[in-house]
Amino acid sequence: MGSISTLHSPKQVAERRAGAHHASMFVRMLIRAAVLRRRRAAAALLAMVVAAAVATAMMNLYVDVQAKLRSEFRNYGANLVVVAKDGQSLPADAMAKVESVFGEKTLAVAFAYAVARTKDGQSVVVVGTDFARARQLNPWWKVSHWPDASGEALVGMRAAAVVSANPQGLDRHPFDRQPFELTFQGKAIQIVPAGLLQTGAGEDSRIYLDRSAFENWTGITPSTIEIAANGTAAEIESSIRRLTPLLPAAEIRPVRQIMEGEANVLNKTRATLYAAATLVVLTSALCVLATLIGWVFDRRRDFAIMKALGASERLVNSFFAAEAAALGVVGAIFGFVIGIGVAAWIGRVNFHAPVVPRFSVFPYVLAGSIAIALVSAILPIVLLRGVQPAIILRGE
Amino acid sequence: MFPRLVYESFRHQTRRKLLAGIAITLGVAVATAMIAVATDIGDKINRELRSYGANLLITPQEDTLDVEVGGVNLKPPSDGAYLSEADLPKIRGTFWHHNIVGFAPMLPVPVKVGASAKDTSKDAAKNVAGDGDKDVTLVGTYFNKQLSFGKEEFTTGVRITHPWWKVSCGDARDGAPGQSEGSATNFGWPNDDSQDILVGERLAARLHKRAGDTLEVSGRPLTISGILSTGGNEDNQIVAPLALAQQILGKPGAVRRVYVSALTKPPDALSARDPKTMTPEVYDRWYCSPYVESIAYQLQEAIPHSHAEQIRQVAQNEGTVLSRIKGLMLLITFAALFASALAVSAAMATAIYERRVEVGLMKALGAGNVAVSAIFFAEALLLAVAGGIVGFSVGALLARQIGRSIFNSQIAIEPVLFPIIIAIAVFVTFAGSVAAIRRAVKFDPVFALRGEG
Repeated sequence: MGSISTLHSPKQVAERRAGAHHASMFVRMLIRAAVLRRRRAAAALLAMVVAAAVATAMMNLYVDVQAKLRSEFRNYGANLVVVAKDGQSLPADAMAKVESVFGEKTLAVAFAYAVARTKDGQSVVVVGTDFARARQLNPWWKVSHWPDASGEALVGMRAAAVVSANPQGLDRHPFDRQPFELTFQGKAIQIVPAGLLQTGAGEDSRIYLDRSAFENWTGITPSTIEIAANGTAAEIESSIRRLTPLLPAAEIRPVRQIMEGEANVLNKTRATLYAAATLVVLTSALCVLATLIGWVFDRRRDFAIMKALGASERLVNSFFAAEAAALGVVGAIFGFVIGIGVAAWIGRVNFHAPVVPRFSVFPYVLAGSIAIALVSAILPIVLLRGVQPAIILRGE
Repeated sequence: MFPRLVYESFRHQTRRKLLAGIAITLGVAVATAMIAVATDIGDKINRELRSYGANLLITPQEDTLDVEVGGVNLKPPSDGAYLSEADLPKIRGTFWHHNIVGFAPMLPVPVKVGASAKDTSKDAAKNVAGDGDKDVTLVGTYFNKQLSFGKEEFTTGVRITHPWWKVSCGDARDGAPGQSEGSATNFGWPNDDSQDILVGERLAARLHKRAGDTLEVSGRPLTISGILSTGGNEDNQIVAPLALAQQILGKPGAVRRVYVSALTKPPDALSARDPKTMTPEVYDRWYCSPYVESIAYQLQEAIPHSHAEQIRQVAQNEGTVLSRIKGLMLLITFAALFASALAVSAAMATAIYERRVEVGLMKALGAGNVAVSAIFFAEALLLAVAGGIVGFSVGALLARQIGRSIFNSQIAIEPVLFPIIIAIAVFVTFAGSVAAIRRAVKFDPVFALRGEG
């Protein structure tokens, strides 16, 4: 602060204040203040960085976790079903139309159904589908062995008890792959079972065949397309509206069980996350406030010296404000980088997929940091404004 | 002398102590609320996941194949075995009965629906010109049935196990919900002992029926109490009270399958093992864990001639969703604990740093480093305990508020949490004070008293 004393008269002070020197002096004061009290400055900066990092991580998570959870929820299978009206088949280009609306990435699987008879006259439902896609769509299917050649079938647990020559051998691994015969409208084929399918639901009573083999045998084309559509309820709703005119012969129905269950759990999680994020961000903001107020209050002697040497209230205020703003900016930048890292780490640990950095969060973190820094700088200054510099300098 | 010093410090510096105390209180409150929410979130989300419906299915042991395509049952009615309705309350007698949220029996009956006498001539003409009698499936079930097992009374049915089923009672009753008391509270759901039915929305559209109309089902004129919308096969079916379905089928007490909705523990290495191959100790551990597999095993024991199977679509996925959400909350709780520890430390450090002059005075009067530190630590301890107690109560209230507003149920606060929270508060306060006390004690009293900080 020694350089202030080289100023001679209030007139010169005023001249200097107006001139270019004023700016460089100002910057120098800022830097000297940071360097001379680096320990306290570092503590304040640390608090700022931690708060900004926590805020960044929470905001990033809040935005990204919903997308992450949504993709988790897609493991529940299809949330939309396209069904041909009145038991007809879907038009041949139905699949292409579905893909044109939902995009190639969305999983859509076509199913064709027929009721065939076993050798002893029992009725059994046979389904033609695309195994690779069905496997992706329904990851909960417990399959002892997926078919790898066309013509091989996946036999539901209960259907196997009916068609298999040796029902006692069902639990044995590897599953007894004895071919069996099915007839559909007088046409008989031999089916080689590749594995057992267990789901605990209707699939257990069915036999799944490759689509081409199924169509060669029965001549029936798909009547149902199951779709695992990504996105929010509103996005899915608009996709349904776009698809409806393209497929007039079909009904497009959301699977309410899946959609509502997902919406329910997602809403609750989001609300909890929001409450938690608010609490955490508030706490860290409080931490910064406490640290910075202490820091500025400690420097009341600097404040008193500046005032005693004739600095105007505006200059003192802007000095402390600039200091606080600089702290806020630096803290926000470092905190943002660390927060992105923390969010990515949480994403990797918990969801096995990194959380995508959202740079749109940065302006909020920056504005919040600067605002808190300014508040914590101005508050002590306002308290000290009425106090005579002499009293502070005397150490009272 | 020592207690007096501490006492006077609190009496004269009320404002500063209050600030530090507020910081500790807030920090502890946030930590308590977050820990309470994080420990309870698993249970809460598990209950929310029940909105996906039943995760277990009980069928007769000698069950035959379902021949069903698109919700239309193609099997002759007399085919297959049945469970006995009288056995169902035993579900509440299994080991994990507290985990069983609800169950709903189902009895599908193939019926013919025809035009009833109350139809307008136009509708009747349509039916004659069109397909006349229609083959549809009528499913008998519990809606919200009062049952008792031993002394325990409980209600169960599809309104619990199938929460996505929606019933609209049509404009006839929407306008005046208070007209008849019984139906007003049910909003279109039939009573379990009535002869009223629900008609799936697509079937209703085809039959041109609305709530309040009469529909002839296999020769019986039945009142439609509401239109059912499920987004599934039931949209093409009729849903009726179980007793009515049994009457139509002519098999009193018969049930085809039972959907059970249970709170389960996510699967792990133990859950997937076959109980037949376990040693007795492992078997006990498996039996006494609420895995979906062990609950299925116990249901099978409780109901004679039954086979219980997990519905893998629901059962297998809830584990992953649950563990993701729990993991997320755990990590966020760590972040909250870290942030509040830092806030408390910062507040304590500031509070002590401001009292260098006092330290200088004490040292100038001959107090040793230990004596000075002891005073500060005693103050910190008092602050931590007081702030901890208030903070714990505030945090408990906060957690309750979160539980009530988000999950519509209480968040239980374990009493064990209290000593843990107080211990954490004391530890964090001490840890935050140590560095500041060390520096305050090291400071030369001469400089401190001259005010050259």
